[in-house]
Amino acid sequence: MKLKSPHLLGIEPMTADEITLILDTAEGFSDIAAREIKKVPTLRGKTVVNFFVEPSTRTRSSFEVAEKRLSADLLNFSTSTSSLVKGETLLDTLRNLEAMSPDFIVLRHSEAGAPHFLARHGHTPIVNAGDGAHEHPTQALLDAFTIRRRKDRLAGLKVAIVGDILHSRVARSNVHLLTKMGAEVVVCGPPTLIPRGFERLGARVTYRMDEAIEGADVVMMLRIQRERMTGGFFPTLREYATFYGLDASRLKRAARDAIVMHPGPINRGVEIMGDVADGEASVILDQVRSGVAVRMAVLYLLAGGDRESAAQER
Amino acid sequence: MNLLLKNARVVDPSAGIDGSNDVLIEDGRIARVASRITASAATTLDLAGLCVCPGFIDMHVHLREPGQEWKETIATGTRAAAAGGFTGVACMPNTQPPIDSRSVVEFVLAQAREHGTVPVYPIGCVSKGQLGVELAEMGDMAVAGARAFSDDGKPVASAGLMRRALEYSKIFDLPVIDHCEEPTLVVGGVVHEGEVATRLGLSGWPGVAEDVMVSRDILLAEYTGGAIHIAHMSTGRSADLVRRAKGVGIRVTCEVTPHHFALTDEAVSEYDTHAKMNPPLRSESDRQALLAAIADGTVDAIATDHAPHNTDEKCVEFSHAPFGVVGLETAVSICLDRLVHGGVIGLSRMVELLTSGPATILRLKKGSLREGDDADITVLDLERRVVVTASAFESKSVNTPFGGWARRGGPVMTIVSGRIVHDARSRPR
Repeated sequence: MKLKSPHLLGIEPMTADEITLILDTAEGFSDIAAREIKKVPTLRGKTVVNFFVEPSTRTRSSFEVAEKRLSADLLNFSTSTSSLVKGETLLDTLRNLEAMSPDFIVLRHSEAGAPHFLARHGHTPIVNAGDGAHEHPTQALLDAFTIRRRKDRLAGLKVAIVGDILHSRVARSNVHLLTKMGAEVVVCGPPTLIPRGFERLGARVTYRMDEAIEGADVVMMLRIQRERMTGGFFPTLREYATFYGLDASRLKRAARDAIVMHPGPINRGVEIMGDVADGEASVILDQVRSGVAVRMAVLYLLAGGDRESAAQER
Repeated sequence: MNLLLKNARVVDPSAGIDGSNDVLIEDGRIARVASRITASAATTLDLAGLCVCPGFIDMHVHLREPGQEWKETIATGTRAAAAGGFTGVACMPNTQPPIDSRSVVEFVLAQAREHGTVPVYPIGCVSKGQLGVELAEMGDMAVAGARAFSDDGKPVASAGLMRRALEYSKIFDLPVIDHCEEPTLVVGGVVHEGEVATRLGLSGWPGVAEDVMVSRDILLAEYTGGAIHIAHMSTGRSADLVRRAKGVGIRVTCEVTPHHFALTDEAVSEYDTHAKMNPPLRSESDRQALLAAIADGTVDAIATDHAPHNTDEKCVEFSHAPFGVVGLETAVSICLDRLVHGGVIGLSRMVELLTSGPATILRLKKGSLREGDDADITVLDLERRVVVTASAFESKSVNTPFGGWARRGGPVMTIVSGRIVHDARSRPR
């Protein structure tokens, strides 16, 4: 089986079978990190452009490591949104990048729909590394990979996603992925940070954190941006932490073997308390580890590979 | 040149005419509307199978001149109007500099006289510099030929300023047109706030932002006795508010655009910047409510909000693209296809919304075919098959959400003061 689209723009258009294919393929790549020579020749001679129009440390590092382990040549191209607005348009930048004949463009952009714009106007496969508040598909895939490793399944799990849902691409991609795979998802945050009509994406919505995490198998905390406070979405970080911060006593409401996730970077003492972030339930660093394997799998499959030959490459 | 239009269906709702008639035009004016006119001194056109209507007026157009001539000029915009079946357009003052003084009104009128294909009715700013602080010289502009006042593109955010504008405009008996949105409710918004915005991760522009401002304006119109006109009304709730206000005699009128009654926010689903406009495309229930308001008489005019933007300006990330779509060359076909053939209203009501409706709001002696009126005429072919081809537009800009749409019915001839300014009868489109 292969992926239908030449691009990875989001989870929403994908089928459950395609998601499973990526997760299964990532299993095959996950043990490379434990080897002495952490490299396979899969993408030798291929060029990947990491085009980042929004600051990012961990997603870019993760893609870079994945690309290097696949033996791809890579070009990092970072710029700020403001310089693109004032100077060269995104379309002109795309044309310049494509003139160097890359095989993939990995795009992180502050505006929703930017990867779709590149896919429509260019001819290079695009991997969405996060677009505005829209989607962050590889994050949802690595989250699913991490959950599956701990729980052996996704179907039937109860997953609570807590925080700034309004501005979160991670929440959207995770809701699409988890509901497609048969999990039950509840999202939680202050009503000012839950967008209208969110329940139609397939998740239940609650404003009470205790209710959200009651019996949850997975508690996924989202980073709260400090500028949301000045935007008037809530009065103070202190009050936010009181109502929506995850501490050990609150976590007791979740299932006994619940896991705690966070896409990072974490705000200790705001959305997650240190004892939970460092505690036994936390799989936050597993998520980072999974990220490399999942991104290797995505690039490998988009390059035309299938799961069987991935096993042989290993 | 005298013209005799023969054998057409003549539709003039202001005179209660809808039937087979001839129209005689002499010296640029309507001489007679009757059956079987003979006039040897006139050029005779056989318009059998076509409809002859009073000239259509688009009361909400952005001609971009002065200041943004790469998007549109008075010359190209009025050519687009003629091609689209309009014999007159009212132009909004958000130019650079804005139309906020007598000299800019005079500039626009001079350009229109010199380069225009159809008459232009300037709308002056409510406030100096369109800044929403002090009243502009409305009197001076009215004397020079301004037909209404608006800070279009921006709402009049200050209730105090709106009160003064509604009071002051009574001297000239001209309306104040408001682009209704409460600014603090739409910060950063780019699409209608709802399921589509949530799915796409785009910032929402809620319908309630419009409704709050429409309510405020209605209350101020009632209190001051001034005339308020709601530009491009886009929500069902605003339509309710206007309907109720009219019911108790408040001087409020409103217009609806073809894109708001023909499209919903689903048109944005592929991040298509040609579906990005302000106010945004709304939900299906809003669209249905607008159709109901068009049918029941709540809506006074159909206007395009023709907002030309250069292709490069629109070919960017969705959030960075400017708001607006062109409409002059698609509006009449959309109205015929969706409203008349779609069974929402009869042809006579459609003609009213494009003629006497806007003429009454702008206090223009236009929009009818009475003896002695200017011979401004729009000729329609109700059965013509039209495919929207943006590259064939007379407008400088091609930012239409209707590209490729196949529709039934369209304008075929435009006559201004007895002169044929556009004739597409023989040309395929």
